[in-house]
Amino acid sequence: MIYREAGQFKTSYASDQAIFPIVQDRWVAGLVLVTAILVPPLVANEYWLQAILIPFLVYALAAIGLNLLTGYAGQLSLGTGGFMAVGAYSAFKLTTAFPRVSVLLVFLASGVIAAAVGLVFGLPSLRIKGFYLAVATLASQFFLIWLFNKVPWFVNYASSGTITAPNRAVLGVLVTGPNATARARYLVALGLVAVFALVAKNLVRGRIGRSWMAIRDRDIAAEIIGVRPLRTKLLAFGISSFYCGVAGAELVFLFLGSAETLAFDINQSFLVLFMVIIGGVGSILGSFLGSAFIILVPILLTNTPHWLGIRMPVALQKELELMVFGGLIILFLIVEPHGLARLWQVTKEKLRLWPFPY
Amino acid sequence: MEIVRAVLVAPFADMVANPAFLAEVLIGGIAAGLMYSLVALGFVLIFKASGVFNFAQGALVLFSALTLVGLMERGVPVWLALGLTMAVMVALAFAIERVVLRPLVNQEAIILFMATIGLNFFLEGFGEMVWGANVKKLDVGIPDTTFVVRGVLVNRLELTAAVTAAVLVTVLAVFFQRTRIGRALRAVADDHEAALSIGIPLKTIWVVVWSVSGLVALAAGVMWGAKSGVQFSLSLIALKALPVLILGGFTSVPGAIVGGLIIGVGEKLGEVYWGPLVGGAIENWFAYVLALMFLFFRPQGLFGEKIIERV
Repeated sequence: MIYREAGQFKTSYASDQAIFPIVQDRWVAGLVLVTAILVPPLVANEYWLQAILIPFLVYALAAIGLNLLTGYAGQLSLGTGGFMAVGAYSAFKLTTAFPRVSVLLVFLASGVIAAAVGLVFGLPSLRIKGFYLAVATLASQFFLIWLFNKVPWFVNYASSGTITAPNRAVLGVLVTGPNATARARYLVALGLVAVFALVAKNLVRGRIGRSWMAIRDRDIAAEIIGVRPLRTKLLAFGISSFYCGVAGAELVFLFLGSAETLAFDINQSFLVLFMVIIGGVGSILGSFLGSAFIILVPILLTNTPHWLGIRMPVALQKELELMVFGGLIILFLIVEPHGLARLWQVTKEKLRLWPFPY
Repeated sequence: MEIVRAVLVAPFADMVANPAFLAEVLIGGIAAGLMYSLVALGFVLIFKASGVFNFAQGALVLFSALTLVGLMERGVPVWLALGLTMAVMVALAFAIERVVLRPLVNQEAIILFMATIGLNFFLEGFGEMVWGANVKKLDVGIPDTTFVVRGVLVNRLELTAAVTAAVLVTVLAVFFQRTRIGRALRAVADDHEAALSIGIPLKTIWVVVWSVSGLVALAAGVMWGAKSGVQFSLSLIALKALPVLILGGFTSVPGAIVGGLIIGVGEKLGEVYWGPLVGGAIENWFAYVLALMFLFFRPQGLFGEKIIERV
């Protein structure tokens, strides 16, 4: 009844091709954005912002990046953690070398560096496909982590081997470093992810996204109709790595505060891949939903025994968490292999007819 | 010039100068490679028969080793414990087929891959919950000692692993080529639908394949467990087996062995002769780079099926 597009006529190509062609969708999207800007900084406490909302936004950005590569261009990658590490370490090097440059510019620049590295490690994709490529991308993961561990220049010769986010301000408000409030960091993360999600959405709707999807669906056929595989695949690797790099920089600067290479190990790559698969392969909205799911489930699992008043040894609880997490993923893949984004689509279809489905 | 010399000349000069040491490195590499092959074999079996890229193979290795050690700690004799563990692995194969694979029939390969990662988490948690998380020593009666043949140190345990791998491959080859089920397996690997249409039960085949790779995992678990103790990190050897896999080809049993040898020897040589140049600890990624170099020339691995693509 509420969600009905009857009477909404498209009178121009522009309105027909809009991201949200239905008025209600536009309203909902706008409302969500306004709520996200206003409500959490006013209502949520430090724990909510720090433990749930900030990592949700950061990982959503990484998931969008991987989704562009795996979901749209069809190149399965297990090197996300490595590319995130490139972003984080370049951001650290850049901001310590040029303290006066705005930290937002630093994020962008480290994304560009990550993109350059991504281009190099994307080169094998021209020759290697499918799971062979997935395993080959592991090479980038292990090599990059090893490099950052081995060369002390990357951590400015700190004996601890960690990179720490220094105090940096945007428009006079501290946004990174130990003294920045969770509120400020949340808003920066939100702004970046909102802008980049919009960019990604437009990328995949346009010429570039279509050529990615052509390559994904059948690369030889795409080549025959004139999509250049070299350019298209490398572009996917580059842009995806840019997103992952920015997310990696955010991970250290806005969420963790300080980190060593352990924060970017292979599990990080799997985590982001889970977000993409569970959220929905080839869906920008899905990246957000998947990120929320993967961030929330462990927190719920950790706290459930506490809420139920069950006491158990820490080791047992950790093992149970692993089991339930693994089991949930399998269950989820069985119930909805196309991810949360598909569930949302089904809901929308139902909503259009509600409350008179016949 | 100095660097070029250090990379291209000095290591080879070292090799020639001390052939006994080189032989030791090579033997160590071959032994390590066969251990990788044991893990890679499990991958290959499952990929061949069902097209599933089974990331949980490492967890299977860990789980089988944990079960074996756990039983032995409770006073079960070795042979009985081995038998029981085999039974557990077969039961596990039934469970996996019923709970994970059957509902996911006809899904895309990436979904099945993800499901096996979930399975990996589940098995790690489950194994540790049942058998405890502390490092255990696995003693199956193979001493971890060395003896000397013509001035070259040989490790008895590594020798046993090599023999085990050789026996396993022979048995598997006979199983695949000579038995009725083996023929059915090859048929399924060739073409699922054609196999179904001539009456080969896919479900049974999958159970058989997962059981066999469970048993291979047990063999790998025994060897690795005897070498470095049964502990959580055992499941990480799956990551070491992956370059072996892409080097040999996902679908080839001999490929897993040859790939393992190349990776094992290459890794050891690289570590001993070139590792110090870049500060060591290169074993994490060197195998991958080595495998990548081979892949540039043969994208389907050394023994993989030739990829023929049509529009």
